[in-house]
Amino acid sequence: MRRSLLFALLAVFASVGVVARSAADNSTPRPVLPKAQGETCVEPVETMRALHGAILAATNGSSSTSSLPKHELSECVACHAQRDKAGAYIPVDAPGQFCQSCHSYSAVSINCFSCHASTPKAGVSKQSAALSTADHSKFDILKQPFASGAEVTYACLSCHTEAGKQLRGTEHWQLTFANPATGQTLGKAHTINMFFGATASNEGLCSNCHIDNAMRDFASDSNVDCLVCHDTTGFYRKPRVWTGKSALDDLLASKGAAVAAPVDLSFIAGHVGKTSRETCGSCHFYADGGDGAKHGDLDSSLTNPKRPLDVHMATDGLNFTCATCHVSKGHDFSGSRYATVARETHGINTPGHMDSNPATCESCHGSKPHKADPHKPAIYAKLNEHTDRVACETCHIPTIARGGVPTKVSVDWSTAGKTGADGKPLKILDAQGRATYTTETGGAVWGEKLVPSYAWSDGTVRYTQLGDKIDPKTPVALNRFEGGAEDANARIWPFKVMKGKQPYDSGGNTLASAHLFGGDAGYWSAYEWNRSIAVAMNAAGSNYSGAYGFVETEMSLPLAHMVAPATQALQCNDCHSGDSRIAHVGGVYAPGRDSFRWLDWLGWLAVAASFVGVSAHGIARWAFARHRRQRG
Amino acid sequence: MNQDMIFQRFERFWHWLQAILIILLLITGFNVHDSFRLLSFAGAAQYHVVLAWALIALWVLAVYWHFVTGQWRQYIPENRNQVLAMVHYYAVEIFLSGGHPFHRSRQHKHNPLQGLTYLAVLVGAVPVIWGTGWIYLYYVSWGASGLGESGLGYVAALHTAAAFAILVFLVIHLYLAFTVSDTPLGNLKAMITGYQDDEEDEHVV
Repeated sequence: MRRSLLFALLAVFASVGVVARSAADNSTPRPVLPKAQGETCVEPVETMRALHGAILAATNGSSSTSSLPKHELSECVACHAQRDKAGAYIPVDAPGQFCQSCHSYSAVSINCFSCHASTPKAGVSKQSAALSTADHSKFDILKQPFASGAEVTYACLSCHTEAGKQLRGTEHWQLTFANPATGQTLGKAHTINMFFGATASNEGLCSNCHIDNAMRDFASDSNVDCLVCHDTTGFYRKPRVWTGKSALDDLLASKGAAVAAPVDLSFIAGHVGKTSRETCGSCHFYADGGDGAKHGDLDSSLTNPKRPLDVHMATDGLNFTCATCHVSKGHDFSGSRYATVARETHGINTPGHMDSNPATCESCHGSKPHKADPHKPAIYAKLNEHTDRVACETCHIPTIARGGVPTKVSVDWSTAGKTGADGKPLKILDAQGRATYTTETGGAVWGEKLVPSYAWSDGTVRYTQLGDKIDPKTPVALNRFEGGAEDANARIWPFKVMKGKQPYDSGGNTLASAHLFGGDAGYWSAYEWNRSIAVAMNAAGSNYSGAYGFVETEMSLPLAHMVAPATQALQCNDCHSGDSRIAHVGGVYAPGRDSFRWLDWLGWLAVAASFVGVSAHGIARWAFARHRRQRG
Repeated sequence: MNQDMIFQRFERFWHWLQAILIILLLITGFNVHDSFRLLSFAGAAQYHVVLAWALIALWVLAVYWHFVTGQWRQYIPENRNQVLAMVHYYAVEIFLSGGHPFHRSRQHKHNPLQGLTYLAVLVGAVPVIWGTGWIYLYYVSWGASGLGESGLGYVAALHTAAAFAILVFLVIHLYLAFTVSDTPLGNLKAMITGYQDDEEDEHVV
């Protein structure tokens, strides 16, 4: 207290000195605000002066004021962090610092920094930074000014000589997976879904996320974008190839600002480290159309989750990063949506016995994870017996999209292309600000806290790909997980089932992809399906009859994240009852859910008949006795 | 009053503990079957298993007692005419206030129809419900030896059918126990104190 008071007094005295000349007509000294970098603030200055605390609180979730704009603290820091003459950052509580000068003046303590760093240190919250044997900011090669991500990568490769080659060998880079179980060639470069169709002809969109520097030369190590995964400062912005602008640029443009503050690649390169929820999430949280749109169990609420949302990643709990489970071997990550491990039987991984896929629950918890409870001796044993047929995720992910970020439930491309009365593209938002219609993509339905769908899975997935024949009269399963009750390796798994209505080749009865942007044929330029389908199908090397329609489709996305604490796991009743969550999962007799209807009918009939029988017998005895008494 | 102890202390203890356990097993069992939702599935299943083991323990004691004391002979069927006489009594004579064809004694605690009914429960419903119950409890191990998941449905069906049979027995048993005696609640008194008033006709199935 005494020290902060001293700072406040110092600040006031300093201010008095600076403004003394102009203060003749004003008895209260004004604070001195150092000039920020960049052109314009993300919100009007007056708004920020009044509301920056509330905006930050609303953004980080500590306040639920939803009408406020959302801005991360890192955006403030990007422009307002000051350095002294030696180049070191000035602490936020130093007199005369941007934040401090106002806060001293108004005698409001800066609560934020009881938690946040007072200077933008890299990896403050990451224990790994403290354990690393290398401080990248001390490497001469990283102290140079960098003009591009590729230049940084050159510098990285000078020490990490094999990293580029390693990475280019992975699915992460190739976006291709040859499924040994089905012979299908999968991966984002090959599959088609209802969100944005297929990749071919739409590669520019991929550059939003793809971990390269240019989307052109996949064969060159220097095109690997190291920073997109290894930045620990949160400042790195990956420019999109097709616009040259980053997501932050778009955000600023939408607020009327011209460009984002240029990122200091030298500073970022000096503060590289292990991947984090932020870096993985910068792509995986935003897959297929924005925050949470695709997966339902992966969205920005996992950046700093609390225990009820994710017991493993919780910042007030185990604080796992993605890579804690998705362990990498030479940049190749464990865990795959194309080759899921439906039932892990190798047991807990220990040195010498690392047979389990580390991304499975069982690799840490084993297959008998439920602890003995003396109050429920029969239940914990029964729960452990369930692990042979029921995936851990089925009970321990009670609902999806429950971090406050909604997920798309269905999309309808058949309604796309409508414009408003003024001829301009439409964007219709619901009460929560979610786009339920855009001219570009048609209708969309969003949902939160959804009950998953459940189905058997042995981990083998088969996709319906471009060129595969479909029956347009029934909803087409874009993918299908194999396995059933009779298959010992299959278990009941939770899925987000995504529904869609998307174009198909009505002449050839195959799925169709569309060229979405770029040139006159881009659907988002002319809103002309036939031309854009023809371009995309040509690019994909698929036949197109020239006639299109819209077909209903479904896709099953297995759920594995947002694992809740045990106290929030499903209860037995959720499945073992007449209104069972697994009502449509066949092949097993689930007590409480299943019964032989005729047996119950006969049984209760027999009970009722015996009750009526003894009642009639008793009444008759009473009547006869009364009759005898009356006769005397 | 000259009194004759019909039901010995262990017998009465066995009867009442068994009565409580069976009624609770029926309640928790049909709760598990989702016939009603008095308890959660977890609670019902938990209690059902514990109660079942308690009943099994009680039966181990009871079987031992029956063989040591020779009381198992109480369940040897009587000849057919005596059984038919009881049927005739319940169907006709009871309304006409005809005499009960059977007198209960320490040597013959059950009337012939009663004894036959108990024997039927003993050799019919009980082995079915215990056998299927054990398979049910350990079906995970049984599944590996070829019973399979779908087999559990048939096990459950038999278990449920036996439960219905026991519930039907209970309805009729309660009716006869509470109403067919010469003094009000005479059978209840006999099963609590062990004694019945001499010369009284009390009958129960």
